[in-house]
Amino acid sequence: MKKIINDPNLVVQDMLAGMVAAFPNDLKVVPNTTVVARKDAPVSNKVGLVSGGGSGHEPAHAGYVGQGMLDAAVAGEVFTSPTPDQVYEAIKAVDGGAGVFLVIKNYTGDVMNFEMAAEMAAAEGINVEQVVVNDDVAVEDSSFTTGRRGIAGTVFVHKIAGAKAEAGGSLEEVKAVAEKVVANVRSMGMALSPCTVPAAGEPSFVLADNEMEVGMGIHGEPGIARKEIATADEIAQELTQKVLDDIEFNSGDEVAVMVNGLGSTPEMELFIVNKKVHAMLADRGIKVYKTFVGEYMTSLEMAGCSVSLLKLDEELKELLDAESKAPAFRS
Amino acid sequence: MELQVQHALNWIEKTNEKIQTNKDYLSALDRAIGDGDHGLNMARGFQEAVGKTTSSSYTSVSDIFKDVAMTLMSKVGGASGPLYGTAFLKMSMAVKGEDSVSHERFTKGVEEAINGIIQRGKAKEGDKTLLDVWTPVLRMLQEQSDFEADSLENTAKSAMESTKDVMAIKGRAAYLKERSIGHLDPGSVSSYYLFASLAEVLKEGE
Ligand SMILES: Nc1ncnc2c1ncn2[C@@H]1O[C@H](COP(=O)(O)OP(=O)(O)O)[C@@H](O)[C@H]1O
Ligand SMILES: [Mg+2]
Repeated sequence: MKKIINDPNLVVQDMLAGMVAAFPNDLKVVPNTTVVARKDAPVSNKVGLVSGGGSGHEPAHAGYVGQGMLDAAVAGEVFTSPTPDQVYEAIKAVDGGAGVFLVIKNYTGDVMNFEMAAEMAAAEGINVEQVVVNDDVAVEDSSFTTGRRGIAGTVFVHKIAGAKAEAGGSLEEVKAVAEKVVANVRSMGMALSPCTVPAAGEPSFVLADNEMEVGMGIHGEPGIARKEIATADEIAQELTQKVLDDIEFNSGDEVAVMVNGLGSTPEMELFIVNKKVHAMLADRGIKVYKTFVGEYMTSLEMAGCSVSLLKLDEELKELLDAESKAPAFRS
Repeated sequence: MELQVQHALNWIEKTNEKIQTNKDYLSALDRAIGDGDHGLNMARGFQEAVGKTTSSSYTSVSDIFKDVAMTLMSKVGGASGPLYGTAFLKMSMAVKGEDSVSHERFTKGVEEAINGIIQRGKAKEGDKTLLDVWTPVLRMLQEQSDFEADSLENTAKSAMESTKDVMAIKGRAAYLKERSIGHLDPGSVSSYYLFASLAEVLKEGE
């Protein structure tokens, strides 16, 4: 393992301290927690937005804290859901009297820890609602099992629900628009090389030089197929087609595109993927309203990418365009 | 026999020893069908739990279980934190009000723990989760009228081993569907350590 770290067991605390030092006017760490909050939290009479999850997905989630997006992000250990007491601290820190909204990625651990925190907050009289994001089409959609994972499409939920809350939306309205995003966003990823959790010291899986893994999870969960590495066009084709097949996209529809790097894939390669994604959408008469290319939801130093499509309507377009001052998503 | 305060303290310490010794093994099992953190999560949680129980003094088993529950809940995270935390919290409630714990009470505690795990995780026996160890252990306890260390150890062990041939329905391993077959469930292995440690404590206490 070769990493620029100090103590492998202190990477989360060290990172949060460094992050807040970089944005001293915008962010703060809630004392004695792993919660990063807006400097001005709680904002009175605004719905507070809380998200979070395991660390190692930077800039998710703390990079999305800021005016117009999240009010707080809870950082767990690397790739491990944060504990209920930490989520509860975040809820308390952002409760401005209009209720608190939780954006949870669909993993068993995240859902359980956030729900326990929501129960603790409800017992204290705080109004809490939640949405569970499950955009990863690599996994079968089933309520019988664990269901689909939440991956890069979650960033659209942060942005749009955050804008709704900033505009004065009620808890119910924020929930409704978040559910609309979840219903209309789909993603799929692939990896060229694994990543190493600092405290584990070993890579999450092994890929030969000529191999890639399609449908990887962002915590190194194995994907759906391991094959010989293909060209960017073939990779983009496979990911985008799976996404397009999953919900109805019609000619004339408008979408937001996100081509997300997993940690060590250069922007050059992401742009090459994006070229093909745009060509495929143009072929089908689907209009690209906005494109995001870069690192939004990473897996430490994993190489690879994911493609997300969000089907837009007027409300979603307006909220996507609204101002955001979050360090990792300025608009 | 009945479980006394000292037995419960020894139980937690022995469990911690087994988990620390097998930390890398548990993580390796989780790397195969999950995300590779189960050993780290359990080692962090039980280290803290032992830190708490060895620095406090107790007059009831219930209080020990409660401290263990709270520590696991606030230190583990992931899926296993809320589940083990809930299990110990439910056991604590079930054995409350007694200085020492009879076999009957303990059995009730395990039953409540399982109900709590099901309520949180919505899994059932056979889904390739730690319930696949807890549930057979409960059935064995219900069939007997006193603690029997050997059958506890054997039941937990064979239940743990049988998770290998099962397809995961809940938890991260469920993403793999058929490909989860052939691998042990990491949570079931840590639950085996828990019950195997209890069996050792019972043997010493006889
Ligand atoms: N819904 C569930 N119900 C019961 N046990 C579960 C459930 N989901 C996962 N588990 C148990 O948790 C273990 C994984 O724990 P851990 O790796 O610490 O958490 P995570 O899956 O969040 O990484 C699994 O091996 C399984 O035994
Ligand atoms: Mg795990």
